[in-house]
Amino acid sequence: MPEHTVKAFAEELEGLGQSIATMGGLAERQLADAVTSIERRNLSLAERTAEADIEIDRLEQEIESQAILMIARRQPMASDLREIICAVKISTDLERVGDLAKNIARRAERIFESHPQRAMPAFVRMARLAMQQIKEVLDAYSRRDTAKALEVWKADAEIDAAYNSLFRELLTYMMEDPRDIGSCTHLLFGAKNLERVGDHATNIAEMVYYLVEGEPLAEQRLRLDDTERGRPVEPEQPTSA
Amino acid sequence: MTRDDLLLILSALDEPIFLVRANRQISLMNRAAEHLFGLGLTGRDFVHAIRDPDALKCVEAGLSGAASTAAVITLPFPVRTIYRITSVHLESGGMDAKAIVTLADISHIHEAEQMRSDFVANVSHELRSPLTALAGGIETLKGAARNDAQARDRFLAIMEREAARMNRLVGDLLSLSRVEVNAHMRPSTPVDLRSVVEKAVAALDAHARALNRAIRLDRGEGEFIVPGDEDELTQVFHNLLDNALKYAQENTEVNVSIAHAGDVPGLGGRAVAVAVADRGPGIAPEHMPRLTERFYRVDDGRSREKGGTGLGLAIVTHVLNRHRGRLMIESVEGVGSTFRVCLPLAATAKGG
Repeated sequence: MPEHTVKAFAEELEGLGQSIATMGGLAERQLADAVTSIERRNLSLAERTAEADIEIDRLEQEIESQAILMIARRQPMASDLREIICAVKISTDLERVGDLAKNIARRAERIFESHPQRAMPAFVRMARLAMQQIKEVLDAYSRRDTAKALEVWKADAEIDAAYNSLFRELLTYMMEDPRDIGSCTHLLFGAKNLERVGDHATNIAEMVYYLVEGEPLAEQRLRLDDTERGRPVEPEQPTSA
Repeated sequence: MTRDDLLLILSALDEPIFLVRANRQISLMNRAAEHLFGLGLTGRDFVHAIRDPDALKCVEAGLSGAASTAAVITLPFPVRTIYRITSVHLESGGMDAKAIVTLADISHIHEAEQMRSDFVANVSHELRSPLTALAGGIETLKGAARNDAQARDRFLAIMEREAARMNRLVGDLLSLSRVEVNAHMRPSTPVDLRSVVEKAVAALDAHARALNRAIRLDRGEGEFIVPGDEDELTQVFHNLLDNALKYAQENTEVNVSIAHAGDVPGLGGRAVAVAVADRGPGIAPEHMPRLTERFYRVDDGRSREKGGTGLGLAIVTHVLNRHRGRLMIESVEGVGSTFRVCLPLAATAKGG
Protein backbone atom coordinates (compact mmCIF):
# COMPACT_ATOMS: atom_id res chain seq x y z
CA MET A 1 0.00 0.00 0.00
CA PRO A 2 1.24 3.53 -0.74
CA GLU A 3 2.58 5.35 2.32
CA HIS A 4 -0.20 7.85 2.81
CA THR A 5 -2.68 5.01 2.69
CA VAL A 6 -0.69 3.09 5.30
CA LYS A 7 -0.79 6.15 7.54
CA ALA A 8 -4.49 6.68 6.97
CA PHE A 9 -5.17 3.03 7.69
CA ALA A 10 -3.11 3.16 10.89
CA GLU A 11 -5.13 6.17 11.97
CA GLU A 12 -8.35 4.35 11.22
CA LEU A 13 -7.23 1.42 13.33
CA GLU A 14 -6.28 3.76 16.17
CA GLY A 15 -9.70 5.40 15.77
CA LEU A 16 -11.36 2.02 16.16
CA GLY A 17 -9.46 1.48 19.43
CA GLN A 18 -10.58 4.89 20.55
CA SER A 19 -14.23 4.11 19.86
CA ILE A 20 -13.95 0.90 21.88
CA ALA A 21 -12.39 2.78 24.79
CA THR A 22 -15.10 5.43 24.64
CA MET A 23 -17.80 2.78 24.53
CA GLY A 24 -16.07 1.05 27.43
CA GLY A 25 -16.19 4.25 29.46
CA LEU A 26 -19.92 4.54 28.88
CA ALA A 27 -20.50 0.91 29.88
CA GLU A 28 -18.38 1.39 33.03
CA ARG A 29 -20.43 4.44 33.94
CA GLN A 30 -23.72 2.61 33.36
CA LEU A 31 -22.64 -0.22 35.61
CA ALA A 32 -21.36 2.08 38.36
CA ASP A 33 -24.55 4.13 38.32
CA ALA A 34 -26.79 1.06 38.39
CA VAL A 35 -24.99 -0.32 41.43
CA THR A 36 -24.89 3.07 43.18
CA SER A 37 -28.60 3.56 42.61
CA ILE A 38 -29.29 0.30 44.43
CA GLU A 39 -26.71 0.86 47.15
CA ARG A 40 -27.90 4.40 47.91
CA ARG A 41 -31.55 3.68 47.16
CA ASN A 42 -31.60 6.44 44.57
CA LEU A 43 -34.59 5.85 42.35
CA SER A 44 -34.03 8.83 40.05
CA LEU A 45 -30.47 7.68 39.34
CA ALA A 46 -31.82 4.22 38.54
CA GLU A 47 -34.29 5.69 36.06
CA ARG A 48 -31.67 7.88 34.39
CA THR A 49 -29.35 4.89 34.07
CA ALA A 50 -32.01 2.80 32.38
CA GLU A 51 -32.52 5.54 29.78
CA ALA A 52 -28.86 6.23 28.98
CA ASP A 53 -28.34 2.96 27.11
CA ILE A 54 -28.94 4.60 23.72
CA GLU A 55 -25.47 6.09 23.35
CA ILE A 56 -23.81 2.71 23.82
CA ASP A 57 -25.99 1.11 21.17
CA ARG A 58 -25.14 3.92 18.77
CA LEU A 59 -21.42 3.39 19.24
CA GLU A 60 -21.76 -0.31 18.58
CA GLN A 61 -23.38 0.40 15.24
CA GLU A 62 -20.76 2.99 14.42
CA ILE A 63 -17.94 0.56 15.16
CA GLU A 64 -19.56 -2.13 13.06
CA SER A 65 -20.04 0.22 10.08
CA GLN A 66 -16.51 1.48 10.35
CA ALA A 67 -15.16 -2.07 10.50
CA ILE A 68 -17.07 -3.14 7.41
CA LEU A 69 -15.83 -0.09 5.50
CA MET A 70 -12.25 -0.80 6.50
CA ILE A 71 -12.44 -4.43 5.47
CA ALA A 72 -13.98 -3.52 2.14
CA ARG A 73 -11.57 -0.69 1.37
CA ARG A 74 -8.29 -1.90 2.82
CA GLN A 75 -8.61 -5.68 2.57
CA PRO A 76 -6.46 -6.09 5.65
CA MET A 77 -4.52 -9.18 6.61
CA ALA A 78 -3.14 -10.88 9.70
CA SER A 79 -2.94 -8.65 12.78
CA ASP A 80 -4.77 -5.76 11.11
CA LEU A 81 -7.66 -8.04 10.26
CA ARG A 82 -7.67 -9.41 13.80
CA GLU A 83 -7.79 -5.85 15.17
CA ILE A 84 -10.89 -5.08 13.18
CA ILE A 85 -12.72 -8.33 13.90
CA CYS A 86 -11.88 -8.12 17.62
CA ALA A 87 -13.11 -4.55 17.78
CA VAL A 88 -16.48 -5.65 16.43
CA LYS A 89 -16.73 -8.58 18.84
CA ILE A 90 -15.64 -6.49 21.83
CA SER A 91 -18.20 -3.85 20.97
CA THR A 92 -20.88 -6.53 21.12
CA ASP A 93 -19.73 -7.57 24.60
CA LEU A 94 -19.73 -3.94 25.76
CA GLU A 95 -23.21 -3.38 24.38
CA ARG A 96 -24.39 -6.38 26.40
CA VAL A 97 -22.74 -4.99 29.53
CA GLY A 98 -24.68 -1.77 29.03
CA ASP A 99 -27.89 -3.78 28.68
CA LEU A 100 -27.14 -5.75 31.84
CA ALA A 101 -26.53 -2.52 33.73
CA LYS A 102 -29.83 -1.19 32.46
CA ASN A 103 -31.59 -4.34 33.68
CA ILE A 104 -30.03 -4.02 37.11
CA ALA A 105 -31.19 -0.42 37.31
CA ARG A 106 -34.69 -1.43 36.23
CA ARG A 107 -34.97 -3.80 39.18
CA ALA A 108 -33.96 -1.13 41.67
CA GLU A 109 -37.47 -0.18 42.72
CA ARG A 110 -38.50 -3.79 43.35
CA ILE A 111 -35.35 -4.34 45.38
CA PHE A 112 -36.00 -1.24 47.51
CA GLU A 113 -39.53 -2.28 48.31
CA SER A 114 -38.60 -4.50 51.17
CA HIS A 115 -34.99 -3.75 51.86
CA PRO A 116 -32.93 -6.93 52.13
CA GLN A 117 -30.29 -5.02 54.06
CA ARG A 118 -28.40 -8.10 55.11
CA ALA A 119 -27.66 -9.12 51.55
CA MET A 120 -26.51 -5.67 50.41
CA PRO A 121 -22.83 -5.89 51.44
CA ALA A 122 -22.43 -9.18 49.56
CA PHE A 123 -24.20 -7.77 46.48
CA VAL A 124 -22.09 -4.63 46.45
CA ARG A 125 -18.90 -6.66 46.88
CA MET A 126 -19.83 -8.79 43.89
CA ALA A 127 -20.67 -5.68 41.88
CA ARG A 128 -17.27 -4.19 42.62
CA LEU A 129 -15.60 -7.40 41.46
CA ALA A 130 -17.49 -7.25 38.16
CA MET A 131 -16.73 -3.55 37.71
CA GLN A 132 -13.07 -4.13 38.41
CA GLN A 133 -12.93 -6.91 35.81
CA ILE A 134 -14.40 -4.62 33.15
CA LYS A 135 -12.01 -1.83 34.09
CA GLU A 136 -8.94 -4.05 34.01
CA VAL A 137 -9.84 -5.70 30.71
CA LEU A 138 -10.48 -2.35 29.02
CA ASP A 139 -7.11 -1.13 30.27
CA ALA A 140 -5.58 -4.35 28.93
CA TYR A 141 -7.17 -3.68 25.54
CA SER A 142 -5.90 -0.08 25.41
CA ARG A 143 -2.39 -1.28 26.12
CA ARG A 144 -2.53 -4.58 24.28
CA ASP A 145 -1.45 -6.12 27.60
CA THR A 146 -1.91 -9.91 27.42
CA ALA A 147 -0.59 -10.48 30.95
CA LYS A 148 -3.34 -8.28 32.32
CA ALA A 149 -5.91 -9.95 30.07
CA LEU A 150 -4.90 -13.35 31.45
CA GLU A 151 -5.31 -12.08 35.01
CA VAL A 152 -8.84 -10.94 34.22
CA TRP A 153 -9.59 -14.26 32.59
CA LYS A 154 -8.44 -16.20 35.66
CA ALA A 155 -10.20 -13.90 38.13
CA ASP A 156 -13.60 -14.84 36.72
CA ALA A 157 -13.63 -17.71 39.22
CA GLU A 158 -13.92 -15.17 42.01
CA ILE A 159 -17.10 -13.74 40.57
CA ASP A 160 -18.62 -17.17 40.12
CA ALA A 161 -17.77 -17.97 43.75
CA ALA A 162 -19.29 -14.69 44.92
CA TYR A 163 -22.45 -15.48 42.97
CA ASN A 164 -22.79 -18.94 44.49
CA SER A 165 -22.30 -17.55 47.97
CA LEU A 166 -24.87 -14.78 47.44
CA PHE A 167 -27.30 -17.32 45.98
CA ARG A 168 -27.11 -19.43 49.13
CA GLU A 169 -27.43 -16.41 51.38
CA LEU A 170 -30.54 -15.15 49.59
CA LEU A 171 -32.10 -18.61 49.73
CA THR A 172 -31.82 -18.65 53.52
CA TYR A 173 -33.41 -15.20 53.80
CA MET A 174 -36.28 -16.24 51.57
CA MET A 175 -36.88 -19.35 53.61
CA GLU A 176 -36.75 -17.40 56.87
CA ASP A 177 -39.37 -14.87 55.82
CA PRO A 178 -41.62 -15.34 52.79
CA ARG A 179 -42.30 -11.60 52.67
CA ASP A 180 -38.72 -11.14 51.51
CA ILE A 181 -39.06 -13.51 48.57
CA GLY A 182 -39.99 -10.78 46.08
CA SER A 183 -37.13 -8.43 46.74
CA CYS A 184 -34.60 -11.24 47.24
CA THR A 185 -35.55 -12.70 43.87
CA HIS A 186 -34.95 -9.37 42.17
CA LEU A 187 -31.63 -9.05 43.95
CA LEU A 188 -30.81 -12.55 42.73
CA PHE A 189 -31.57 -11.61 39.13
CA GLY A 190 -29.42 -8.53 39.61
CA ALA A 191 -26.60 -10.77 40.86
CA LYS A 192 -27.04 -13.02 37.85
CA ASN A 193 -26.67 -9.96 35.64
CA LEU A 194 -23.44 -9.13 37.46
CA GLU A 195 -22.15 -12.63 36.84
CA ARG A 196 -22.91 -12.14 33.15
CA VAL A 197 -20.96 -8.87 33.20
CA GLY A 198 -18.03 -10.89 34.51
CA ASP A 199 -18.45 -13.34 31.64
CA HIS A 200 -18.30 -10.52 29.10
CA ALA A 201 -15.12 -9.25 30.71
CA THR A 202 -13.68 -12.70 30.20
CA ASN A 203 -14.79 -12.68 26.55
CA ILE A 204 -13.02 -9.37 26.01
CA ALA A 205 -9.93 -10.77 27.71
CA GLU A 206 -9.92 -13.65 25.23
CA MET A 207 -10.17 -11.14 22.38
CA VAL A 208 -7.24 -9.13 23.68
CA TYR A 209 -5.16 -12.28 23.89
CA TYR A 210 -6.16 -13.41 20.40
CA LEU A 211 -5.52 -9.94 19.04
CA VAL A 212 -1.92 -9.91 20.24
CA GLU A 213 -0.94 -13.57 20.11
CA GLY A 214 -2.79 -14.57 16.98
CA GLU A 215 -4.28 -17.66 18.51
CA PRO A 216 -7.23 -18.29 20.84
CA LEU A 217 -6.85 -18.29 24.62
CA ALA A 218 -8.54 -21.54 25.54
CA GLU A 219 -10.73 -24.20 24.06
CA GLN A 220 -13.10 -24.40 27.02
CA ARG A 221 -13.73 -22.23 29.99
CA LEU A 222 -14.21 -23.75 33.40
CA ARG A 223 -17.75 -23.20 34.60
CA LEU A 224 -17.69 -22.86 38.33
CA ASP A 225 -21.30 -21.88 38.62
CA ASP A 226 -22.52 -25.06 40.27
CA THR A 227 -26.05 -23.77 40.71
CA GLU A 228 -26.54 -24.48 37.04
CA ARG A 229 -24.87 -27.84 37.00
CA GLY A 230 -27.84 -29.48 38.65
CA ARG A 231 -26.31 -29.99 42.06
CA PRO A 232 -28.93 -28.95 44.59
CA VAL A 233 -28.02 -25.86 46.56
CA GLU A 234 -29.84 -25.86 49.86
CA PRO A 235 -29.18 -24.43 53.30
CA GLU A 236 -28.70 -26.99 56.07
CA GLN A 237 -31.97 -28.51 57.15
CA PRO A 238 -32.59 -29.02 60.86
CA THR A 239 -32.51 -32.71 61.65
CA SER A 240 -35.85 -33.96 62.90
CA ALA A 241 -36.00 -34.99 66.55
CA MET B 1 11.69 26.99 27.44
CA THR B 2 12.26 23.55 26.09
CA ARG B 3 9.95 20.63 26.37
CA ASP B 4 12.27 18.99 28.87
CA ASP B 5 12.28 22.13 31.04
CA LEU B 6 8.50 22.14 30.99
CA LEU B 7 8.38 18.46 31.91
CA LEU B 8 10.75 19.10 34.81
CA ILE B 9 8.61 21.92 36.18
CA LEU B 10 5.33 20.05 35.77
CA SER B 11 6.77 16.92 37.36
CA ALA B 12 7.58 18.91 40.50
CA LEU B 13 3.84 19.26 41.03
CA ASP B 14 1.85 16.64 42.93
CA GLU B 15 -1.20 16.72 40.73
CA PRO B 16 -1.39 14.63 37.56
CA ILE B 17 -1.14 16.99 34.58
CA PHE B 18 -1.68 16.38 30.86
CA LEU B 19 -0.97 18.60 27.89
CA VAL B 20 -3.52 17.70 25.23
CA ARG B 21 -3.44 18.43 21.48
CA ALA B 22 -6.34 19.73 19.46
CA ASN B 23 -7.19 16.21 18.28
CA ARG B 24 -7.35 15.06 21.93
CA GLN B 25 -4.03 13.23 21.76
CA ILE B 26 -1.78 13.46 24.81
CA SER B 27 1.23 15.61 24.10
CA LEU B 28 2.85 15.43 27.52
CA MET B 29 2.28 13.80 30.91
CA ASN B 30 3.99 14.84 34.14
CA ARG B 31 5.42 12.27 36.52
CA ALA B 32 2.34 12.25 38.75
CA ALA B 33 0.18 11.43 35.73
CA GLU B 34 2.48 8.62 34.62
CA HIS B 35 2.48 7.27 38.15
CA LEU B 36 -1.31 7.10 38.14
CA PHE B 37 -1.98 6.05 34.56
CA GLY B 38 1.16 4.31 33.44
CA LEU B 39 3.72 4.99 30.77
CA GLY B 40 3.32 4.86 27.03
CA LEU B 41 0.22 6.98 26.64
CA THR B 42 1.92 9.96 25.04
CA GLY B 43 0.77 10.38 21.46
CA ARG B 44 -2.41 8.41 22.07
CA ASP B 45 -5.93 9.70 22.55
CA PHE B 46 -6.84 10.92 26.05
CA VAL B 47 -9.57 8.27 26.32
CA HIS B 48 -6.88 5.63 26.84
CA ALA B 49 -5.96 7.37 30.10
CA ILE B 50 -9.43 8.18 31.41
CA ARG B 51 -12.58 6.73 29.89
CA ASP B 52 -15.10 8.47 32.15
CA PRO B 53 -17.62 10.26 29.87
CA ASP B 54 -17.75 13.36 32.10
CA ALA B 55 -13.96 13.61 32.06
CA LEU B 56 -13.96 13.45 28.26
CA LYS B 57 -16.60 16.15 28.02
CA CYS B 58 -14.51 18.36 30.27
CA VAL B 59 -11.37 17.83 28.20
CA GLU B 60 -13.26 18.57 24.98
CA ALA B 61 -14.73 21.75 26.43
CA GLY B 62 -11.24 22.97 27.24
CA LEU B 63 -10.01 22.05 23.76
CA SER B 64 -12.86 23.80 22.00
CA GLY B 65 -12.21 27.16 23.61
CA ALA B 66 -14.08 27.42 26.88
CA ALA B 67 -11.59 29.22 29.12
CA SER B 68 -11.71 26.75 31.96
CA THR B 69 -14.01 23.85 32.70
CA ALA B 70 -14.13 21.53 35.68
CA ALA B 71 -15.94 18.33 36.53
CA VAL B 72 -16.02 15.91 39.42
CA ILE B 73 -15.28 12.28 38.56
CA THR B 74 -14.79 9.12 40.53
CA LEU B 75 -12.10 6.58 39.72
CA PRO B 76 -13.22 3.48 41.64
CA PHE B 77 -10.04 1.36 41.42
CA PRO B 78 -7.63 0.48 42.97
CA VAL B 79 -8.93 2.75 45.72
CA ARG B 80 -12.11 4.73 45.24
CA THR B 81 -10.88 8.29 44.68
CA ILE B 82 -12.79 11.41 43.77
CA TYR B 83 -11.07 13.92 41.50
CA ARG B 84 -11.84 17.36 40.25
CA ILE B 85 -10.69 17.38 36.63
CA THR B 86 -9.97 20.82 35.19
CA SER B 87 -9.38 21.61 31.54
CA VAL B 88 -7.83 24.99 30.69
CA HIS B 89 -7.74 26.24 27.11
CA LEU B 90 -4.32 27.25 25.69
CA GLU B 91 -4.59 29.66 22.80
CA SER B 92 -0.97 29.80 21.69
CA GLY B 93 2.51 29.57 23.19
CA GLY B 94 4.33 27.26 20.86
CA MET B 95 3.78 24.22 23.00
CA ASP B 96 2.19 21.41 21.09
CA ALA B 97 -1.04 21.63 23.08
CA LYS B 98 -4.48 23.20 23.02
CA ALA B 99 -5.41 22.43 26.63
CA ILE B 100 -3.90 21.67 30.04
CA VAL B 101 -5.78 19.03 31.99
CA THR B 102 -5.19 18.60 35.72
CA LEU B 103 -6.58 16.25 38.35
CA ALA B 104 -7.04 17.28 41.98
CA ASP B 105 -7.78 14.61 44.60
CA ILE B 106 -10.81 15.91 46.50
CA SER B 107 -11.83 12.66 48.17
CA HIS B 108 -11.45 14.01 51.69
CA ILE B 109 -13.26 17.23 50.97
CA HIS B 110 -16.05 15.37 49.25
CA GLU B 111 -16.36 12.91 52.10
CA ALA B 112 -16.39 15.69 54.70
CA GLU B 113 -19.08 17.62 52.84
CA GLN B 114 -21.12 14.47 52.44
CA MET B 115 -20.85 13.74 56.17
CA ARG B 116 -21.74 17.32 57.06
CA SER B 117 -24.88 17.39 54.94
CA ASP B 118 -25.89 13.95 56.24
CA PHE B 119 -25.38 15.19 59.79
CA VAL B 120 -27.40 18.37 59.28
CA ALA B 121 -30.20 16.33 57.72
CA ASN B 122 -30.15 13.90 60.64
CA VAL B 123 -30.15 16.60 63.32
CA SER B 124 -33.01 18.42 61.64
CA HIS B 125 -34.95 15.20 61.48
CA GLU B 126 -34.23 14.35 65.13
CA LEU B 127 -35.31 17.78 66.33
CA ARG B 128 -38.36 17.96 64.11
CA SER B 129 -40.19 15.01 65.68
CA PRO B 130 -40.27 16.30 69.27
CA LEU B 131 -41.00 19.80 67.99
CA THR B 132 -43.98 18.52 66.05
CA ALA B 133 -45.25 16.74 69.14
CA LEU B 134 -44.85 19.95 71.16
CA ALA B 135 -46.63 22.06 68.58
CA GLY B 136 -49.43 19.53 68.37
CA GLY B 137 -49.77 19.44 72.13
CA ILE B 138 -49.95 23.22 72.35
CA GLU B 139 -52.60 23.39 69.65
CA THR B 140 -54.67 20.73 71.40
CA LEU B 141 -54.40 22.52 74.74
CA LYS B 142 -55.52 25.78 73.18
CA GLY B 143 -58.45 24.09 71.53
CA ALA B 144 -60.08 20.77 72.18
CA ALA B 145 -58.45 19.96 75.51
CA ARG B 146 -58.75 23.47 76.97
CA ASN B 147 -61.35 22.62 79.56
CA ASP B 148 -60.65 18.90 79.91
CA ALA B 149 -58.43 18.39 82.96
CA GLN B 150 -57.59 14.78 82.16
CA ALA B 151 -56.67 15.48 78.54
CA ARG B 152 -54.68 18.51 79.70
CA ASP B 153 -52.61 16.36 82.05
CA ARG B 154 -52.00 13.76 79.40
CA PHE B 155 -50.83 16.22 76.78
CA LEU B 156 -48.71 18.17 79.24
CA ALA B 157 -46.95 14.90 80.14
CA ILE B 158 -46.26 14.21 76.46
CA MET B 159 -44.95 17.72 75.93
CA GLU B 160 -42.71 17.43 78.97
CA ARG B 161 -41.26 14.20 77.66
CA GLU B 162 -40.59 15.63 74.21
CA ALA B 163 -39.02 18.80 75.59
CA ALA B 164 -36.74 16.66 77.74
CA ARG B 165 -35.80 14.62 74.66
CA MET B 166 -34.85 17.75 72.75
CA ASN B 167 -32.88 18.94 75.73
CA ARG B 168 -30.90 15.71 75.84
CA LEU B 169 -30.26 15.90 72.12
CA VAL B 170 -28.98 19.44 72.30
CA GLY B 171 -26.84 18.48 75.28
CA ASP B 172 -25.31 15.56 73.39
CA LEU B 173 -24.68 17.69 70.32
CA LEU B 174 -22.85 20.24 72.46
CA SER B 175 -20.80 17.47 74.10
CA LEU B 176 -19.87 16.07 70.73
CA SER B 177 -18.91 19.45 69.39
CA ARG B 178 -16.78 20.22 72.45
CA VAL B 179 -14.90 16.94 72.16
CA GLU B 180 -14.32 17.46 68.45
CA VAL B 181 -12.87 20.91 68.97
CA ASN B 182 -10.27 19.43 71.30
CA ALA B 183 -9.79 16.27 69.32
CA HIS B 184 -6.12 16.76 68.47
CA MET B 185 -5.12 17.81 71.97
CA ARG B 186 -4.40 14.78 74.07
CA PRO B 187 -5.31 15.45 77.72
CA SER B 188 -2.50 15.06 80.24
CA THR B 189 -3.97 15.46 83.73
CA PRO B 190 -3.63 12.26 85.75
CA VAL B 191 -7.08 10.82 86.46
CA ASP B 192 -7.93 7.97 88.81
CA LEU B 193 -9.97 5.82 86.47
CA ARG B 194 -11.34 3.58 89.20
CA SER B 195 -12.78 6.59 90.98
CA VAL B 196 -14.40 7.84 87.77
CA VAL B 197 -16.03 4.46 87.17
CA GLU B 198 -17.18 4.17 90.77
CA LYS B 199 -18.83 7.58 90.61
CA ALA B 200 -20.58 6.75 87.33
CA VAL B 201 -21.89 3.48 88.73
CA ALA B 202 -23.12 5.24 91.88
CA ALA B 203 -24.85 7.94 89.82
CA LEU B 204 -26.82 5.39 87.82
CA ASP B 205 -27.54 3.02 90.70
CA ALA B 206 -30.95 4.48 91.54
CA HIS B 207 -31.93 4.54 87.86
CA ALA B 208 -30.92 0.88 87.59
CA ARG B 209 -33.03 -0.17 90.54
CA ALA B 210 -36.00 1.77 89.20
CA LEU B 211 -35.69 -0.35 86.05
CA ASN B 212 -35.40 -3.61 88.03
CA ARG B 213 -31.82 -4.07 87.01
CA ALA B 214 -28.57 -3.94 88.96
CA ILE B 215 -25.01 -2.82 88.32
CA ARG B 216 -22.24 -4.99 89.69
CA LEU B 217 -18.73 -3.53 89.90
CA ASP B 218 -15.46 -5.45 90.06
CA ARG B 219 -12.94 -2.85 91.16
CA GLY B 220 -9.82 -4.71 90.05
CA GLU B 221 -6.38 -4.68 91.65
CA GLY B 222 -3.77 -1.99 91.74
CA GLU B 223 -3.83 1.56 90.57
CA PHE B 224 -5.31 2.79 87.33
CA ILE B 225 -4.04 6.29 86.60
CA VAL B 226 -4.58 7.54 83.06
CA PRO B 227 -3.83 10.87 81.42
CA GLY B 228 -7.27 12.25 80.81
CA ASP B 229 -10.14 14.64 81.14
CA GLU B 230 -12.24 13.55 84.13
CA ASP B 231 -15.51 15.05 82.84
CA GLU B 232 -15.20 13.44 79.44
CA LEU B 233 -14.30 10.04 80.89
CA THR B 234 -17.23 10.29 83.27
CA GLN B 235 -19.48 10.88 80.28
CA VAL B 236 -18.07 7.79 78.53
CA PHE B 237 -19.04 5.48 81.38
CA HIS B 238 -22.30 7.26 81.93
CA ASN B 239 -23.24 6.68 78.26
CA LEU B 240 -22.15 3.04 78.29
CA LEU B 241 -23.97 2.27 81.52
CA ASP B 242 -27.04 4.09 80.29
CA ASN B 243 -27.05 2.00 77.11
CA ALA B 244 -26.46 -1.22 79.03
CA LEU B 245 -29.38 -0.50 81.34
CA LYS B 246 -31.59 0.36 78.39
CA TYR B 247 -31.03 -2.92 76.64
CA ALA B 248 -30.37 -5.34 79.48
CA GLN B 249 -33.16 -7.77 80.17
CA GLU B 250 -35.26 -7.12 83.22
CA ASN B 251 -33.91 -8.56 86.47
CA THR B 252 -30.44 -9.04 85.08
CA GLU B 253 -27.17 -7.43 86.06
CA VAL B 254 -24.91 -5.10 84.19
CA ASN B 255 -21.37 -6.17 85.03
CA VAL B 256 -18.63 -3.59 85.14
CA SER B 257 -15.04 -4.69 85.64
CA ILE B 258 -11.70 -2.90 85.66
CA ALA B 259 -8.47 -4.70 84.91
CA HIS B 260 -5.03 -4.28 83.44
CA ALA B 261 -4.94 -5.16 79.76
CA GLY B 262 -1.81 -6.29 78.01
CA ASP B 263 -3.43 -7.49 74.82
CA VAL B 264 -4.88 -4.37 73.25
CA PRO B 265 -3.58 -3.81 69.71
CA GLY B 266 -1.96 -0.40 69.37
CA LEU B 267 -1.74 0.35 73.08
CA GLY B 268 1.32 -1.68 73.96
CA GLY B 269 1.32 -3.57 77.22
CA ARG B 270 0.44 -0.74 79.57
CA ALA B 271 -3.28 -0.27 79.38
CA VAL B 272 -6.41 -0.54 81.47
CA ALA B 273 -9.67 -2.02 80.23
CA VAL B 274 -13.07 -1.25 81.70
CA ALA B 275 -15.72 -3.69 80.49
CA VAL B 276 -19.45 -2.99 80.61
CA ALA B 277 -21.38 -6.19 79.96
CA ASP B 278 -25.13 -6.63 79.64
CA ARG B 279 -27.46 -9.59 79.14
CA GLY B 280 -29.51 -7.93 76.47
CA PRO B 281 -30.65 -8.96 72.98
CA GLY B 282 -27.15 -8.57 71.55
CA ILE B 283 -26.16 -6.92 68.30
CA ALA B 284 -26.23 -8.64 64.91
CA PRO B 285 -22.88 -8.66 63.05
CA GLU B 286 -24.10 -6.52 60.15
CA HIS B 287 -24.70 -3.58 62.52
CA MET B 288 -21.29 -3.72 64.18
CA PRO B 289 -19.29 -1.56 61.76
CA ARG B 290 -21.83 1.25 62.03
CA LEU B 291 -22.61 1.25 65.74
CA THR B 292 -20.55 4.31 66.54
CA GLU B 293 -21.96 6.34 63.67
CA ARG B 294 -23.96 9.36 64.74
CA PHE B 295 -27.66 8.68 64.85
CA TYR B 296 -27.17 5.08 63.75
CA ARG B 297 -29.66 2.84 65.52
CA VAL B 298 -30.08 -0.90 65.29
CA ASP B 299 -33.77 -0.63 66.10
CA ASP B 300 -35.19 2.83 65.48
CA GLY B 301 -38.47 2.46 67.33
CA ARG B 302 -37.04 0.83 70.43
CA SER B 303 -34.20 3.34 70.73
CA ARG B 304 -36.40 6.42 70.51
CA GLU B 305 -38.98 4.92 72.82
CA LYS B 306 -36.29 4.49 75.46
CA GLY B 307 -35.30 8.13 75.01
CA GLY B 308 -32.06 7.60 73.13
CA THR B 309 -30.49 10.46 71.17
CA GLY B 310 -28.48 8.25 68.81
CA LEU B 311 -25.26 10.07 69.78
CA GLY B 312 -24.14 8.15 72.86
CA LEU B 313 -21.59 5.89 71.17
CA ALA B 314 -20.40 8.65 68.83
CA ILE B 315 -19.47 10.71 71.89
CA VAL B 316 -17.75 7.70 73.50
CA THR B 317 -15.71 7.11 70.35
CA HIS B 318 -14.63 10.72 70.04
CA VAL B 319 -13.60 10.97 73.68
CA LEU B 320 -11.63 7.73 73.43
CA ASN B 321 -9.94 8.92 70.24
CA ARG B 322 -8.89 12.05 72.02
CA HIS B 323 -7.51 9.96 74.86
CA ARG B 324 -5.72 7.68 72.37
CA GLY B 325 -7.78 4.79 73.66
CA ARG B 326 -10.04 2.26 71.96
CA LEU B 327 -13.55 0.93 72.20
CA MET B 328 -13.94 -2.79 71.59
CA ILE B 329 -17.37 -4.29 71.16
CA GLU B 330 -18.28 -7.96 71.44
CA SER B 331 -21.78 -9.23 71.10
CA VAL B 332 -23.72 -12.44 70.66
CA GLU B 333 -27.33 -12.23 69.55
CA GLY B 334 -29.67 -13.59 72.20
CA VAL B 335 -26.93 -13.58 74.85
CA GLY B 336 -25.66 -10.02 75.38
CA SER B 337 -22.98 -7.45 74.63
CA THR B 338 -19.72 -6.30 76.17
CA PHE B 339 -18.30 -2.85 75.55
CA ARG B 340 -14.65 -2.62 76.53
CA VAL B 341 -13.02 0.77 77.03
CA CYS B 342 -9.22 0.52 76.72
CA LEU B 343 -7.00 3.40 77.77
CA PRO B 344 -3.22 3.74 77.98
CA LEU B 345 -1.94 4.04 81.54
CA ALA B 346 0.02 7.09 82.64
CA ALA B 347 3.76 6.64 82.25
CA THR B 348 4.60 6.67 85.94
CA ALA B 349 1.72 4.45 87.09
CA LYS B 350 2.56 1.62 89.47
CA GLY B 351 1.22 -1.89 89.40
CA GLY B 352 1.53 -2.44 85.64
